[in-house]
Amino acid sequence: MMRVLEGSHAVAEAVRLARVQVVSAYPITPQTHIVEILSDYCAAGGMDARFLRVESEHSCLAALIGAQSAGARTFTATSSQGLALMHELLHWSAGARLPIVMAEVNRALGPGWNIWSDQTDSLAQRDTGWIQLYCEDGQEVLDTTLQAFRLAERVNLPVMVVLDAFYLSHTHEPVDVPGQEAVDRFLPPYSPKFRLDTKEPFALSPLVPPSAYMEMRRDIARAMEEARACFRDVEAEFDAVFGRRYGPVEAVRCEDAEIILVASGTVTSTARLLLEELRSKGEKAGLLKIRMFRPFPAEDVRRALWRAKKAAVIDRNVSFGAGGIFAQEIRAALCNMPDRPQVFGFIAGLGGRDVTTAVLEDIYLQTKNGDVPPGESVWVGLQEVSHATGRA
Amino acid sequence: MQPDGRSREWMCSGHVGCAGCGAAVAMRFFLKAMGEKTILVVPACCWSVIAGPYPQSALKVPVIHAAFETGGATASGVRAALDMRGDTETTVVTWAGDGGTFDIGFQALSGAVERNENFIYVCYDNEAYMNTGIQRSSSTPYGAWTTTTPGRDWKKMRKKNIVEALVAHRIPYAATASIAYPEDLIRKAEKARSMKGSRFLHIFASCPTGWRIPSEMSVKIARMAVQTNIFPLYEVEDGVRYTINYRPKEYLVREYFRLQGRFRHLKEEDLDQIQGMVDEDWRLLLRKAGGGA
Repeated sequence: MMRVLEGSHAVAEAVRLARVQVVSAYPITPQTHIVEILSDYCAAGGMDARFLRVESEHSCLAALIGAQSAGARTFTATSSQGLALMHELLHWSAGARLPIVMAEVNRALGPGWNIWSDQTDSLAQRDTGWIQLYCEDGQEVLDTTLQAFRLAERVNLPVMVVLDAFYLSHTHEPVDVPGQEAVDRFLPPYSPKFRLDTKEPFALSPLVPPSAYMEMRRDIARAMEEARACFRDVEAEFDAVFGRRYGPVEAVRCEDAEIILVASGTVTSTARLLLEELRSKGEKAGLLKIRMFRPFPAEDVRRALWRAKKAAVIDRNVSFGAGGIFAQEIRAALCNMPDRPQVFGFIAGLGGRDVTTAVLEDIYLQTKNGDVPPGESVWVGLQEVSHATGRA
Repeated sequence: MQPDGRSREWMCSGHVGCAGCGAAVAMRFFLKAMGEKTILVVPACCWSVIAGPYPQSALKVPVIHAAFETGGATASGVRAALDMRGDTETTVVTWAGDGGTFDIGFQALSGAVERNENFIYVCYDNEAYMNTGIQRSSSTPYGAWTTTTPGRDWKKMRKKNIVEALVAHRIPYAATASIAYPEDLIRKAEKARSMKGSRFLHIFASCPTGWRIPSEMSVKIARMAVQTNIFPLYEVEDGVRYTINYRPKEYLVREYFRLQGRFRHLKEEDLDQIQGMVDEDWRLLLRKAGGGA
């Protein structure tokens, strides 16, 4: 049924339809709309689930680790500082091979306090063993959340569904909300591969000596590898029921493109507008949307970019001392190709600053006119501000 | 008394605790009261090691090892999942040391019991971070040497009164117990098991390695802690009804202190001061229990 929903509510609808059994969350803007709706559903019987109102994000993820280990399908949502506080348990939940699903509303990290969109919070967690999927619009948010449970439970790794603060979490769009029967066909009831059981007692996550630890880590790495192929299967199954699929990446007009913009999240929609404009002017431009960040779809990226002369990577995030994070990953994916495109990195839109078509056009032109990419990412859309006086 | 149930062992030989480990004794007695329908949540503590490395386990009940500060939260999640699966019979127990309870896990514990989560939280207390090599915790008693309170810097703060902190949450049941009083310990564990909501057991578990005592003195020292009123045995229901289980006056504090290497540096006047502190705490407890000695 078509409904007009916020991105946050699209997540909540998917969680309800996924028949999640234990939800836990701690308040943080801009994630709160997701769990407010879920609280209502739990209270009013719209969901047959327990809602654990814990005293911190750290305890939130700890509670889900306990719940998932005892055999329940679980969900949480967080942002920014909350995700950073969970960091230890992000490693723990992946290491314990628990298919927890989380909605992560990208928000800038402090200081200074900033509640607006910025991807550094989730990208800083790239080495924790969580699968990460970045969404562009409300429909994709709902669909990706449903896919996340299927994918997580297949490979026994946790999945983070990532959406931009406000641009997506608080923006209303028409969203096709499927019926329960269709979702049940796609997503069967949770059947844990292992769980705490008094009839079959064993120890989960015990002390592991050097003689076994490396093999366990290798298993996680393998599961992450499997997630690539598994994701295609999950998308095919999703397509069979709902008639939609997105892919780990989406290449738009890349076949004959000389310069390809690379974007993620809601910036992609803005880039689509610019792409039409550039093409109408005869520019040989293309667009690559990165939806899956972990595992990194290196092969798909190479297939989309190899013909181009240049790639312009837009990063709404920064790794201080190394530049934009998507740009680093894309350079790494291309570095062993003989005729690889040059990768120009750009940092834009930090802390919720608007990334307009004008900003993207500036990026396009800098890339087109540049001979050699600068070593690190170039910051775009900066105002000339004196930090000493704070005056523009 | 249930002689049949109590004769069963839920802990195997071959655990890797130190000789004379009070924490191992505490687990053995506690599980006798709990039986097979028990799931243990073990945040980082000596028991993370005592239980044995992968793929072994010294326990015949399921165990989930958990991050240091998550004892209260992990148990909340396990309980929620069991409830959703229709298993109301199994008891969820967090089994944590004093560091994981008094210090780093205090927030998650406070959060869990404020929500009156339906579980038992056991703190086996060996009065310092023993697993990492005898560092002070907020459970380390006044006067003690540890590797982070060495020489003149012996600990000059009181031990945190964890039971009173839990009692302030008005939980259904909070009690102290000692490895030297197994009947009392098992009775309290059985009582806790028969109740609902958040239940807290504080078990005194001596540590020969960290306290610098011979391993054969482990139980004797634990008994003396009760007999000196340093660690009184009592229970509190609903945060208000106090019952003192043992009213001793058999030993002076100095006799307990003199047997332990961790207190060797204390002077006579220090011991007098500590005796005064112990007497004061005991009078406070008697007042709460509403009766004289």
